[in-house]
Amino acid sequence: MTALSFPSENLTRTGNLNLTPVPPIPEGERKGLTKKEVAADHPTWCPGCGDFSVLALYFKLIEKRKMHHEKITTVAGIGCSSRFPYFVQAHGAHFIHGRALPFATGVSLSRPDLHVFVFGGDGDAFSIGGNHFTHTARKNVKLTYCVMDNNVYGLTKNQTSPTSPLGYKSKTDVWGSGDRPVNPMKQAICAGATFVARTTHTNPNHVLQMMEAAMDHDGFSFIECLSECVEFYPGAFDGANPRKGGQFPEVPKDHDVTDEYAAYKLAEDLMPGKFGIFYKVNRPTKNANEAKIVSTNREKFAALPDWQILQKNFDRMK
Amino acid sequence: MSDATTATPAPTGGTPEVSHISEAVIRIAGNSQDGIQAIGGFLARLAGRSEQEVMTFMTIPSTISGGPSIFQVRIGSGEVLSAGDEADVLLCFYQHSYEGHVGSLKKGGIVLYDSDHVKEIPQENLSKYRHIGLPISSLVVEAIGGTGRDKGKNVYSLGLIAKMFNLDVPKLHRLLSERFAGKDPKVAETAIAAFNGGYSHTLATAAELFKFKPGENVGHNQIVMGGNEALAYGLIAAGVRFGAGYPITPWSDIMELLRKELPKYGGSFIQCEDEIASVAMAIGASWGGRVAVTGSSGPGISLKTEAIGWAVMAEVPLVVVDVQRGGPSTGMPTNVEQSDLNIACFGGHGDSPRVVIAPSSVEDCFYTAIEAVNIARKYSTPVIILTDQGIASRIEAFKMPELEKICQDISPDFTPVADHKPYDLAATDGITRHLAPGTRVASGKYPVVTGLEHDELGHPTGSPKLHVQMTAKRRNKLKKLGADLPTPTVFGPSEGQVLLVSWGSSKGPVEEAVKQARAAGDAVSGLHIKYLNPLPNGLEKIFEAFSHVLVVELNDEGFYGYGQLGAVLRARYCDPKIRGLTKVDGLTWKIREILDRVKAMTK
Repeated sequence: MTALSFPSENLTRTGNLNLTPVPPIPEGERKGLTKKEVAADHPTWCPGCGDFSVLALYFKLIEKRKMHHEKITTVAGIGCSSRFPYFVQAHGAHFIHGRALPFATGVSLSRPDLHVFVFGGDGDAFSIGGNHFTHTARKNVKLTYCVMDNNVYGLTKNQTSPTSPLGYKSKTDVWGSGDRPVNPMKQAICAGATFVARTTHTNPNHVLQMMEAAMDHDGFSFIECLSECVEFYPGAFDGANPRKGGQFPEVPKDHDVTDEYAAYKLAEDLMPGKFGIFYKVNRPTKNANEAKIVSTNREKFAALPDWQILQKNFDRMK
Repeated sequence: MSDATTATPAPTGGTPEVSHISEAVIRIAGNSQDGIQAIGGFLARLAGRSEQEVMTFMTIPSTISGGPSIFQVRIGSGEVLSAGDEADVLLCFYQHSYEGHVGSLKKGGIVLYDSDHVKEIPQENLSKYRHIGLPISSLVVEAIGGTGRDKGKNVYSLGLIAKMFNLDVPKLHRLLSERFAGKDPKVAETAIAAFNGGYSHTLATAAELFKFKPGENVGHNQIVMGGNEALAYGLIAAGVRFGAGYPITPWSDIMELLRKELPKYGGSFIQCEDEIASVAMAIGASWGGRVAVTGSSGPGISLKTEAIGWAVMAEVPLVVVDVQRGGPSTGMPTNVEQSDLNIACFGGHGDSPRVVIAPSSVEDCFYTAIEAVNIARKYSTPVIILTDQGIASRIEAFKMPELEKICQDISPDFTPVADHKPYDLAATDGITRHLAPGTRVASGKYPVVTGLEHDELGHPTGSPKLHVQMTAKRRNKLKKLGADLPTPTVFGPSEGQVLLVSWGSSKGPVEEAVKQARAAGDAVSGLHIKYLNPLPNGLEKIFEAFSHVLVVELNDEGFYGYGQLGAVLRARYCDPKIRGLTKVDGLTWKIREILDRVKAMTK
């Protein structure tokens, strides 16, 4: 009965012939990465897509902050923008539609040593994955979520998205969309996100600034980055592009980022809307809460090996 | 109560005779808030400590609070394979418990009833069963005072049963004190007072008292727990340190236990917003470098299938527990059924081979959990543990596992490597190995795990050739597992008239049915299949030696007359002598049911 047909094996990773261990490099001797070293596959996006600039600025962030390949994880769901992990030379995961956030939560909670970045689109975030957006924000999981919002379903070729404005004509709303669009900023603030920022792909410096601030935030950091779909919704964000006659109104200098109601108020108008950090507060993260539960529990068992902790339980069940 | 020496009727006013017995089935019927599961639990634990075998059976209403509930304990000095077809003693608290369960007593059995609530005893029952009526509710008030009589009723009755079966009082006192330890000391004192009240109540009206023969498991250090507990502890022993889930009956016990216990080992279990988030989170943590667990019951498994398909495609190890209940849809949440075999083996779109194994007993839950983790790691695959409500809610005693030997460390290895292709088609064993994120790759080429068909580095491809090769790769690694699986051994002679094939919780009842059939001179044997997907090799050779192969399972016979495993065996072996012996009444098998059906099917 008690003989296991599959006993524990000391599994090495040498199932792969080409895999040979290499010595570690002391921390001080490693150089930062160049853009060339971070870039992987050439993006499959359409020429002129806003997502290119988000990717370029992500590379810049890695370069600027001297991050190492192996400490970066990029996670995405499904959509045009969700192809992101293939374009970054780092451990990446391309998960299923709408579920990138819980997947990334699993990585973040079990591996606090990694920077977890999640990229996706408006469909992934606010339609199929809407429930996860709310709960990841509420739990305040330490990760950065950058939603590249193009107000349309691009990968499936022009259907209405949850952020498409009223009246938007798509293949699924030939007479114009009639459903009130989601306001990503309001959604994030209400759900309990502790870092909420808005930017647009046509202002590279601003994107980088928001990415850095998001990365440095201890908690769930959310960025909505307007990213134009030149194929199906060209000109969607001209109103927020001064080069196309629009405006780029930044969050007022005197805005209190810890004031939830003021942040909500800032999110009132959608186009061009405001740009910058709307909301930023410190609240214990899920990661910290779990770590605290672990340390309180571990204290009681000081230096006991795992099997003895289990033995204590089993002895009570005799 | 086999082996009972015939007892002479008690002389009026004297002490009843004591019969020496080797086993007894005691059924306790009341309402769900009466604490009857606690009496059953005490009896089971006492049996474990007395080196006896024990098995329990419980029905719980799926209402929010209240409703009729039963707990049945079968205690034996020898082997106990099922919870027993008929009860020797029925303890019932209400008229509805009496009416609902008196039929479960064997002829001549004893009904011990609360005469404060059971008022009508049909005349014809008086000759069939021996009735002992006691005003239990009032007696409890006498024993422990006016408050909380509903609370004391169960422990008082435990005292009555202890008297009737001559149970070990000091051991029971110890169990009561342990159970109520830590609370207000008055609580334990009251419990013991209630117990003593019951124990000292004169059972002079009883026709018979009993005494168990000494247990056969002498020298076994036994442990007593339920199936869900055993499974959860098995996962901990296997080295699992992360899990995610969503509450659903009858899976919730596992997540509650892991939530409470994992932090002691440095791990955590996360309650998620839904079933899909749970499986996604567990997969994320598994990819993080250490096999993680999620689980549910049927409805939740349906929701998880898309993500399980991703884990098949990306070849990420994962353990998924399915505590089956009656389906489809919300079905029968507190009843047993084995109708998730199809979704476990084949659920989801596309060709998505995965591993499915089913534990057969409480003890097996513990070891199956460890095997599931080891298979997931070794073959880099999702593994589904298909347990069921029957095992989940029953309590058994089994030999204390050697934890020092069994507990595993499965921490990830972050040694930097020169180069890595997770989906290497030239890998010698054909099995994918992932690097845990955080591992440096000196070549600077990093892999992506993905649900898209991919090349060896995990980058998307539309190449027909690669789809053919990668599909074969995912299939062949598990074919290799199938070839490594031990061929199950026949229970009983390896040739004969009838072979009863079982899986999961049907093992015990089938083996008991085989024993009874053989004792009656019928050539019946049993074959238990633990590894359901892929199946082990060599089954056809076993089938050859029998005229009938009847697959005993708790699911519907379907359009074509055989249950879910029956259909798989038919598809694989194209053998018309494979037939289904199935039922869907939401209850575990009675031995009689199996034997009657065998007779009818092989006439």
